[in-house]
Amino acid sequence: MSDLTRRQFIKISAAGSGAAALAGGLALTSGRPAEGAVADPATEGDKVIPTFCELCFWKCGVLAHVRDGRVTKLTGNPDHPLSNGRLCPRGTGGHGLLYDPDRLKKPLLRAKKRGQDVFQEVSWDTALDRVSEGMLAIRKKYGPEALALFTHGYGGSWFKHLFKAYGSRNIAAPSYAQCRGPREVGFYLTFGQGIGSPEAVDTRNARVITLIGNHLGENMHNTHVQDLAHALDRGAGLVVVDPRYSTAAGKARYWLPIKPGTDIALLLAWMNVIITEGLYDREYIGKYAVGFDKLKAHVAAKTPEWAYPLTGLKPQLIRDSARFIASARPASLVHPGRRTTWYGDDTQRERAKAMLAALLGSWGRQGGYLLPSSVEVPKFPYTKYAYKPKEVRDRVEPSLYPLADEVIASGMCDATIPGKAKNPIKGWFVYGTNLMQSLPDPRQTVKAIQALDLMVAVDVLPAEITGWADVVLPESTYLERCDDLWTPAYREPFVAVRQPVVEPMYDSKPGWWIARELGHRLGLEDYFPWKDSKEYAKHRVKAAGLSCDELMEKGVILGDQGPTTEEEGLALSFDTPSKKIELYSDQLEAAGFHPMPEFTAPEEPPDGHFRLLFGRHPVHTFGRTTNNRFLSTIFDENEVWLNADAARGLSGFEGKPLTTGDRVVLVNQDNVRSEPVRVKLTQRIRGDAVYMVHGYGRTAKGLKFARGRGASDSDLVTRYKVDPVMGGTGMNVNFVRIERATQKGA
Amino acid sequence: MPNKKKRYAMSMDPRRCVGCNACVLACKAENDLPEQGFRDWIVTETRGRFPHLSQEIRSERCNHCDNTPCVSACPTGASHINEGGAVIVDKRKCTGCKACMAACPYDARYIHPEGYADKCTFCLHRVKQGKDTACVEVCPTHALVFGDANDPNSEISKLLRRRQSKVSKPETGLKPNLHFLT
Repeated sequence: MSDLTRRQFIKISAAGSGAAALAGGLALTSGRPAEGAVADPATEGDKVIPTFCELCFWKCGVLAHVRDGRVTKLTGNPDHPLSNGRLCPRGTGGHGLLYDPDRLKKPLLRAKKRGQDVFQEVSWDTALDRVSEGMLAIRKKYGPEALALFTHGYGGSWFKHLFKAYGSRNIAAPSYAQCRGPREVGFYLTFGQGIGSPEAVDTRNARVITLIGNHLGENMHNTHVQDLAHALDRGAGLVVVDPRYSTAAGKARYWLPIKPGTDIALLLAWMNVIITEGLYDREYIGKYAVGFDKLKAHVAAKTPEWAYPLTGLKPQLIRDSARFIASARPASLVHPGRRTTWYGDDTQRERAKAMLAALLGSWGRQGGYLLPSSVEVPKFPYTKYAYKPKEVRDRVEPSLYPLADEVIASGMCDATIPGKAKNPIKGWFVYGTNLMQSLPDPRQTVKAIQALDLMVAVDVLPAEITGWADVVLPESTYLERCDDLWTPAYREPFVAVRQPVVEPMYDSKPGWWIARELGHRLGLEDYFPWKDSKEYAKHRVKAAGLSCDELMEKGVILGDQGPTTEEEGLALSFDTPSKKIELYSDQLEAAGFHPMPEFTAPEEPPDGHFRLLFGRHPVHTFGRTTNNRFLSTIFDENEVWLNADAARGLSGFEGKPLTTGDRVVLVNQDNVRSEPVRVKLTQRIRGDAVYMVHGYGRTAKGLKFARGRGASDSDLVTRYKVDPVMGGTGMNVNFVRIERATQKGA
Repeated sequence: MPNKKKRYAMSMDPRRCVGCNACVLACKAENDLPEQGFRDWIVTETRGRFPHLSQEIRSERCNHCDNTPCVSACPTGASHINEGGAVIVDKRKCTGCKACMAACPYDARYIHPEGYADKCTFCLHRVKQGKDTACVEVCPTHALVFGDANDPNSEISKLLRRRQSKVSKPETGLKPNLHFLT
């Protein structure tokens, strides 16, 4: 502080009147710029290594620039069909994760009571012995069905394999029952197949794109955003249904600021208009669908006038937007969205979306839903898993959620809480998912954890969930490790490789190494016959008849592009019981559910309360990036969006009205209070809801940057409505009131 | 276009842009900027009252104007006009006096912690190698196009002929070379 440099001195003196005085004369500019005037920032790599991203689940191809052993920048791989040479902000900031000073650096053993987040550093041997002993003890005492794996992220594949070899199929990602699950089931019931990831939609060629609660552009699914911009440039029209004036709404021909929880009413009314006005694809429906007459009767009375008082959307707006949507069919894309766990009737809403898509004839058509294939890469020829588990413990009663098609993470949590399930889960292995923010009601999650015999976390950064573990294993980041090959079904099918671009930092280890070491300790050597993931990947690449050298050099090899639409010569087929598109679902009826979507009115917010909605910011992937200092130069704490007019009438603020930037506390219906958080008064949201970016309000001791910034929406989600069809947890059912933060909190 | 003088320019399409900040972060990484240093930034303008709203999102940076009060104001010659009309600060000559910042109506510069005025360089170090600027290269929405506006066959020339555009604060008379498509 004491010794000012000359430059700093000038800077200070010039800040006042000096600047103006200097601006007058003294121009010493010569015509020719001096040599070296444009400095080269020296960020171009002396090595450029292709790999794929893990800042979110989209997994774009990146080129890592490495200079003197350090990653200087990450750019899009031009050869990779998901990035096309371009990256979203998160992928651009991946080095902020690699060089995060708060990373988990050494294996940790719990030193105090669970949840106190106090650990001692130990050797890998000690940590792995402790984990394997715990796993063996559980298998001996309760059977392998008593161990559960929660996983998110591509490195999880090694642990899934370990679990199958060990004898457990309790393997779940919160990205199903807490995110895209209802969509998968809704589309599966209708078309005989789910959507999957990355969603193969032909946004690029769509002439109308309808987003229902999907804030594309704030969720930066790179390729989708690229395609959306391309479509808009070509003159495509956007219909956006959202209680909030999202980025996409700002570009929409029609914005429908719907009352939260009433989307099914809107979808039924849209179908009413499209059917009664004869705007649907008669030929397509006649050829491919069953149950049209029943649907017609079902929506006959569901007019826009019927939907108006339910949704708050004027009949003319509903009618005009329906006609607009139909005008572009079949190149009219009702976008499948992603997180669809909102109100507990989500599978039915997603089915209504699928049915609308069917009426538009857009499934398997250009500008609609593509039906792509993937590159065939044979699986590694592992020894057959010897033990067949007797059950999957992802629900407390076997009769629940009959149409779930993946394992339910929240159900595994339920099945751990004492007294709930007949045969409870006794051990958790948590890979890459912060369950305190990804599962609803953290209080329940804690109850479950307190009943465990063993709690293991594998992660790259400390998180609330690692604070609850008995053993924490520090994984290397995606830039330091090789994972399994990635070969998704996509418009341009491809095989992508993740390869290390720098050596693992600290005492971190790649997931494959951790899984293999545990496998050996558990007597499962036969299931880990490879020496490392590179040998494993090479085996698969060779078996597919591809060149390892080419894959490592380019990061990606493209496969043959088969037909993905009817226009390209694809014969449509539907893997439903009737082998047709099921507008009327016998499967749902047989399971005791409505065969066609019914509207049920959402609960109204109590007086003085707002419905709590949450979503994404383009530079962040939930809590996973909130500690990334590079990304946080753009956005470093969340805020609560509140309608400016609603704020004026807020009780408790009569004397001193709220202004943007004031710190408030949100208090939910169960009197759970948030951390202090800034309020943003805006016209961009309805007066009956508030909105915040998910993933803030971090409390983990090790997150030195993110800790204490903003508020956690997850903590306020103490209530959720379970979708009886597939076990998804509808989380948009909480209400909050707003109080001014006390001086201390503020 | 042999020997024809280059005039670098950039177009920005608010209709494509989603304000994701990839341009801002790619610039920071490419140019190794300090934590609080930004050479480009996102502006979101919302008008109207719920539910009758409109919105424009722009990626902004130095306009590399034809008329350059920042260069005239610079007492040391650090701020100068470089290849293709790009306005560049030679940090070796800059004393951090902020005269340029006072003269710029676009608030395009900041003081680097090392004491000099810093700003967009149109990534001349890349452009000289035939590459796009970092912000153009990364942009997932293709909202940015860079090139030589004096070359009638360049992508940007074609785009500016095909589409209408506006510049920021035309009343300053500085003739900016950042064009916002309308």
